[in-house]
Amino acid sequence: MNLQNLGAIDCDMHPVVPELKALVPHLPANWREAVESRGIPGFESNAYPQRAPITARPDWRDDAGAPPAGIDRYRKAVMDRWQLGHAIGNCIYGVHMVLSEDMAVALATAVNDWMAAEWLDADPRMRASIIVPWQNPERAADEIDRCAADRRFVQVLMPVMAEAPLGRRHYWPIYKAAERHGLPIGIHAGSAYRFPVTPVGWPSYYVEDYAAQSLGFQGQLGSLICEGVFSKFPNLKVVMIESGVSWFTPFLWRLTKFWRGTRSEVPWVDRPPLEIARDHIRLTAQPLDAPDDVETVGRIIDQFQSDEMLLFASDYPHWQFDNDEVVPAGLSAISIEKMAVQNPLATYPRLRETRL
Amino acid sequence: MAYHVVAAIEDMPPGSRRVIEVNGRAVAVFNVEGEFYALLNRCPHQGADLCNGLLTVAVTSTEPGIYDFDPSRNVIRCPWHAWEFDVRTGKSWCEPNRVKVRSFKTEVRSGKLIEGPYVAETFPVKTDGTYVLVEA
Amino acid sequence: MNIALTDTADKSSARQATALVDCDIHPALRSAADLRPYLSLRWWDYLQTYGLRSRHGFAKGTPFPKIVPGAARRDAWPESGPPGSDLALMRRQHLDHHGITMGILNPLSPSGGDQNSAFSAALCSATNDWLVDAWTSQEPRLKASVLVPYEDGEAAREEIRKRAGQPDFAHVLLLSRTSEPLGKRRYWPIFEAASEAGLPVATHVFGYSGFPSTNSGWPSYYIEEGAAHPAGCQASIASMIFEGVFDRYPDLRFVVIEAGFGWLPALAWRLDRAWHRMRDEVPHVKRPPSEYIRERVWISTQPMEEAPQPQAVAQTMADIGWDRLLFASDYPHWDFDDPKFGLPPSLSAEQRDHIRFRNAHTLYGL
Repeated sequence: MNLQNLGAIDCDMHPVVPELKALVPHLPANWREAVESRGIPGFESNAYPQRAPITARPDWRDDAGAPPAGIDRYRKAVMDRWQLGHAIGNCIYGVHMVLSEDMAVALATAVNDWMAAEWLDADPRMRASIIVPWQNPERAADEIDRCAADRRFVQVLMPVMAEAPLGRRHYWPIYKAAERHGLPIGIHAGSAYRFPVTPVGWPSYYVEDYAAQSLGFQGQLGSLICEGVFSKFPNLKVVMIESGVSWFTPFLWRLTKFWRGTRSEVPWVDRPPLEIARDHIRLTAQPLDAPDDVETVGRIIDQFQSDEMLLFASDYPHWQFDNDEVVPAGLSAISIEKMAVQNPLATYPRLRETRL
Repeated sequence: MAYHVVAAIEDMPPGSRRVIEVNGRAVAVFNVEGEFYALLNRCPHQGADLCNGLLTVAVTSTEPGIYDFDPSRNVIRCPWHAWEFDVRTGKSWCEPNRVKVRSFKTEVRSGKLIEGPYVAETFPVKTDGTYVLVEA
Repeated sequence: MNIALTDTADKSSARQATALVDCDIHPALRSAADLRPYLSLRWWDYLQTYGLRSRHGFAKGTPFPKIVPGAARRDAWPESGPPGSDLALMRRQHLDHHGITMGILNPLSPSGGDQNSAFSAALCSATNDWLVDAWTSQEPRLKASVLVPYEDGEAAREEIRKRAGQPDFAHVLLLSRTSEPLGKRRYWPIFEAASEAGLPVATHVFGYSGFPSTNSGWPSYYIEEGAAHPAGCQASIASMIFEGVFDRYPDLRFVVIEAGFGWLPALAWRLDRAWHRMRDEVPHVKRPPSEYIRERVWISTQPMEEAPQPQAVAQTMADIGWDRLLFASDYPHWDFDDPKFGLPPSLSAEQRDHIRFRNAHTLYGL
């Protein structure tokens, strides 16, 4: 595996908001005051408990053992190490969990401005996703319009577990704005915790919570297709980020089979869900839930019936792999290049604008 | 190819259906508002008898949330898995280029029947009657 | 309603010489009155007055209207009563026609998930009596499920103990959408009693946990509900593993019915990765989750996975294990699998035999 000379594009890395204090300069006056006067402790999500192994690779943690903040550490650990051409920062600070839409709007704006100042301005290779107050789709669309003027924002980020399945028409102002600006929708693991993380209630252990993220992606893929998001927005792409990948094709077998019998319920789904997904969905390749054997991974990829589905990602600082195993075992050099360069460029039109 | 009598026309009013055996194969014949259509009585998916399916309309859509119910788009829905087949062509509504039920030509003819021993055996030939026939 | 025009039973050339076990047949009450002989006056009155109440608001039917009446094959309606309520038709159309040598009856209504626990326990017990009187004692090819009020572990244990040792019963039946993940302690009495009785515990999709069927809220359509069923099963298998259920009950065998099976290898791989990373949280789980799944989980084939690359389905079956797949038809429901045409044509005779009867014979001790 040789990523070094490709100018690979890391489609999922996580700029960490070190603490709420870092966002305060980017908040309107009343929220700056409220952070202080109400003693708001911050919005870190328990989807990634600070000390949980998955949250940060041990050798990437800071000296205090916390997930690493700041671009310098990322540059050293990933960007320079694999000589990346670009990286897309997905900030998963818990704006998506906030219950007040007013507070969510203020925080989303602050995170996006912080991202531009601390990450995008710091390195010309950095790109980022727009954090949106999905709690109110109209206001989320406004935030997309505001941020999209900065061409370094290349995607809109949504949590995999929100308040309703993401295909629901209620959310369509977000997709309309994203399509208008040529921005894919990135759906990332993590919950707004409006509902239990499983359809059968709250599990006991964090390991179950993390495992249940892929269930969220299953529901969202069904919802996006069945509600007709891709019929309404034919140019929209959705990137499923940190989803686990191997659940994808078997889910679509089932959905496609059901669709043959239930088509009349959703007649705007006018071709097999498998085909719709192949045209509109992309998946980041860390983690790839499969044994480390070439045969199985090869089979999972073969079952996509497309070599355009996977996008290279480090998932930094999440601990998905050790050493230099940033690319899942079992991919040919050609697939690696496709995944690391061509597929991201095809998925994110804005990356093509600055690519040499 | 020979014509096989399905029934006297007065025995197959609109909305009715019949199954006849033609050369060892079951053929389902439907009267859809006065037009006759015939399909092999076997779903290409798992083999259900299509004659037991629901004769209905293929709902289409111009955009999400809009249901277009055009009564002329007749389909038979398989009694098991509800796959829809165009009664005229036998083509699957979901994947018309991949899945198809064999369809047969139907005709209504008057007068004395000429073709087929099966006809003589099964249906009395009425010289002045009008018959539904399947070509197979 | 269309009327069945042809009698499919006269085409029984499809009859197989070998055994065939159908792990999922749905018997139905002709009407609630079928249960009257087995209910106390109090609970009969309660049923008349308040009816069945699951954790959803629809007095008639279910939150997502089915795609066909009663979710049934259109050719499975008897002259009177709902599909699945007529033993003679079931014999003719299903058992005889397909050459089924053993069928397991999984009643879905009533289920064991009524909101009123005590009423649920009475309904389950009454249904179990009815299954014996109206079905298994009438037809030797049929076995029943022990229906249990699964949200009340103690009451469920009592019902299992009552049926233990009766050859009429093949497994204990739960619905998949329990109100908590199935590994939670409240369900342990079920696993304990089933282990003592030597009965597998089967979970059949459906039921109403009270939570949305996706972890991002309620979907809009029946097609989504159908596609989402495996999610609850995946969460419950994870829960059983991480709560240590399979270690605590070493004789427990778990059967998943009507969830398809394509998702199971991906689940096993994902849980292995997550366990490998977060082992410190669950030190009581000694082995990779995939091993518990491989050894302790059986899965029914229906609705059969259909892939554009037919070999992919057989490969998925191989990943699960040829000794863990069980044929199920789901008769008389609309997403029925035909035993002859439902299985992938590429399977070898031996693989086919495993799915059609050998695995079930081993699991159910036949």
